[in-house]
This record gives sequence, C-alpha cells and structure tokens, in this order.
Amino acid sequence: MADYEIPANLRFSKEDEWVRAENGRVTVGITDFAQGQLGDIVFVELPEVGRTIEKGEPFGVIESVKAVSDLYAPISGEIVEVNADLAERPEVVNEDCYGDGWMIAIAPEDESELEALYDASAYAEHVRSRKE
Amino acid sequence: MTLLRETPLAAAHRAHGARMVEFGGFLMPVQYGSILAEHAAVRERAGLFDVSHMGEIHLRGPGAIAAAERLVTCPVASLAVGAVRYGCLCNEAGGTVDDVTVYRLAADALFFCVNASNVEKDFEWIVRHAGDPAAVRVENRSDRVGLVALQGPLAQDVLAHLTDLPLTDLRRFRFREGRVAGEDVLLSRTGYTGADGFELYVDAARVVALWDALLAAGGPLGLVPAGLGARDTLRLEAALPLYGHELDDATSPLEAGLARFVKLDAGGFIGCEAIRARLARGHTRALAGFVLEDPGIARSGHSIVHAGTEVGTVTSGAPSPTLGRSIGLGWVPPGLAATGTEISVRVRGRDLRARVVETPFVRKGDRGARPGA
Repeated sequence: MADYEIPANLRFSKEDEWVRAENGRVTVGITDFAQGQLGDIVFVELPEVGRTIEKGEPFGVIESVKAVSDLYAPISGEIVEVNADLAERPEVVNEDCYGDGWMIAIAPEDESELEALYDASAYAEHVRSRKE
Repeated sequence: MTLLRETPLAAAHRAHGARMVEFGGFLMPVQYGSILAEHAAVRERAGLFDVSHMGEIHLRGPGAIAAAERLVTCPVASLAVGAVRYGCLCNEAGGTVDDVTVYRLAADALFFCVNASNVEKDFEWIVRHAGDPAAVRVENRSDRVGLVALQGPLAQDVLAHLTDLPLTDLRRFRFREGRVAGEDVLLSRTGYTGADGFELYVDAARVVALWDALLAAGGPLGLVPAGLGARDTLRLEAALPLYGHELDDATSPLEAGLARFVKLDAGGFIGCEAIRARLARGHTRALAGFVLEDPGIARSGHSIVHAGTEVGTVTSGAPSPTLGRSIGLGWVPPGLAATGTEISVRVRGRDLRARVVETPFVRKGDRGARPGA
C-alpha cells in the first residue's frame, strides 16, 4: 500500500481535509490520501466568497471520473477567498494538494475550533485505521 | 450477504496495483492507476481488459440456429461460420432481457456472449425458449471461459508478435480459432471501446498465462492493463449501451436506438410483435446523446430539463477524456431528440446547459478534442 504525505505543520479533519492557519486566516484543501482515493479529479465546485459556513457543513463538491464527493467545512467562518484556478485545472488537486491545489480560505469564527482537529500523527492513525 | 466472485486474474490485478470494485456480482479492477491514462492508452496505443466476468452460453444441435433466431433480434441463419453479430434477447413485451453478441461456431453451433450481471437470467430464459432439448443443447460455460479484450490502434501490432493467425484479413465482427502465445484461443475482432481491437476467449485455466504474454509483448508498444473505469468512459464515447443503464427489461431495443440490430421485417423472434406494436403506437421517449455546455458532469440518474420542466433522465454520463468535455446519454421526449436541441441537466439543483449531438461522440481515429464536437 502506498504511503501518503501528511505534513507535520498542518491539522486535519475526519473527512480528509487539511487546514493551515496563518495570520488569522485558515486555508483548506484535501489531503494526499483523499486525492489518491479519488483518483483523477475532473471537476471542483466551490462556494462564493462571503458565504458563512458552519463546521461540518458541505461547502463544495469534488468529482473524479467515477465519483462525486462532498467537501465539508473543517471549521466555522466566512469564506474570504476561493481557488478559482481549479475551475480550469482541477487536476492541480492531484498534482499539488497541499500547495496550488488549495480550495478555500476561511476567516474563522472561533480559532479554538482548530484545536479539535487531528494533528499529523493522529491523522496518520485515522488513515491507517481505514486501510485494509 | 452476497458472495462476490473473482476472475482467475484477480491476483494479477492486485499485483498491478488495481483498485477492486463490485461489478455484476464480481470483484473487478476499476483502475490500476489513472482512469484518464488508461483511457488515453486505448485511444492512442492499446489497453488490456479482463472481461472474464462476462458469460458464454452455448447452443448446439440441429435446432440451435432456429432457436437462436427466436431468441435474438438479429439474424442468425444468415450469419456465416466465423462471424459475429450484436443483438438483443427480448421478452414478450418487447423489453430487453440482455444485449449480446452471437458467435456462429458451426452449421449447428453458436454461443452468446452475455453480460455478467445477466448470466443466470439469460441462461434460464434461453433454456426455457430454446425448444426441444433433444434438438438444442444449451450449456452455460461462463465459469470455464476466460476473456480478455485487447483494444486500441496498436492491438494488431501487439498480437502480431504472438500469433501466426492472419490478422490483417480478420475483419471487424469476424473471429478465428487458433493459437496466441501458445494458448488455444478464439480470437474475435470485436470490442466495447469504439477502438480497433480484439477479444480473446481462452480456457479459464490459461487466461493468466495469456494475459501475462500479451502484457509482456505489448509493453514495449505502450500496452497497459486497463480497468472497468476506462472501459466505461470508452464505451460511452462510442455511445455503446450498457445493460442496466440504457437497456433493461422494460426498454425495447428500438427506443434505445438499436433499430439496425433488430430484424423487424423478418419477424419471428420473441417480442417482435410487441416491438412492432410499440413502434406503431409511437415511442414516448428516445435515447439522446448530449454534451454539456456549462462546467460540470452529468451522471446517471440526473434529471433532464427543458423549458424549466423535468422531461427525462440521464442514463450514463461522464467526462469525455478524448473531447475534454462532459458527455452523456439520456431519455428525452422524441421531440427533443434532434441534433442541436438545447436541453439542461439538473445537477445538485442547478440546471447546466446541454446540447443534443450526433453519436458516437468519438469516432475511430479521434485522438483529441475536435472543434465543434
């Protein structure tokens, strides 16, 4: 079974999103494990800037050739930016999920919600628990 | 609990890194790596598919040909030994029991290649309608037969390394029996991808050896193993129906656009009268091919919308790797099936613009996006 990249400086949701908190803003994407499970990503649907989302709420959709998956908000807050490049080049999520494949940036309602997310070693265990 | 079966190649698939999924009661490889890469390999070079899950039902005896004429919509008596035809098994109401290919093995022998999910249903149907068992022996050989599909423009070049059979002379929808890589095979110039290619029937116990020999010979030419994911996008680009999506027990082959595989004039097959009657009354729906004009992907089950009203359903939809846009097939009222008609597909509450186009979406030799396609 392939190994997946899990950067130590990020936090992770149960639904396989990563978050990076910087200067009061939280960037969100999907993990290497998630993009590997999905396979070739061919379409990403993201919300409008300005929308407020609740932790756990679906905020977008990601589609591979065969499957449609919801994206879930890892924390609550207002969407302040979306990665518009993914409309034209969704494959960037496969190529660089922790970099140019980011999806949305959130102004968090309550930064303490970040504490409830997995750290890298807990997320690695979460991934392992779902592999055969 | 349903017990999933495997083909003899399951271990080989896992060794190639395949992700296995349920299909037709079997655990099958959906992809080895990238579906898009496997799809491109078949359009540009060649891909190798394990389709051993499909069924083979043999009819043999003095009544075999007459029985097959009653069972399938395509002509069988006129089918030469060594030739293949596509047709449907229909029920008395004109619905489709299965879509099949018919292989004429001898004056008094043939077999149907049938969908994996329908093997038991088809076998019971065929036994029930084949007539006098003394005149027709019906045998389900599905478990004893392995089947691989070698598809793509370089398929013939791959085979040329492995056989003395005359390949250039083997025309589409013809087959020969002989040796490939030292194995006894039935080599058929057929497929389900819209590409040139072959299907090789072989003893189930020898299919692993055949698979390995084909991959070894084809590797230098760019042959890769390809899974059911690519098989589905390839067949959809070719607008080939998939049983359970475009065809089912309630759908007549005519509604699904398969008139040229139905011998309506000659008659005599089960369901013929009902199909004629349905045609005379006028069909209430037609199967249309469409491309999406808005970003997004139409999927099986999505509603087709016209003038704000739901008028039909998508039967199959996917991104077309060759065209670089989303394509689909779906039921629409006959008045909306004409090329150029503007429709919408309702995806998660949003109506995406779509346009009815001629099918197939991709023709043999197409390797990239076509302007205006």
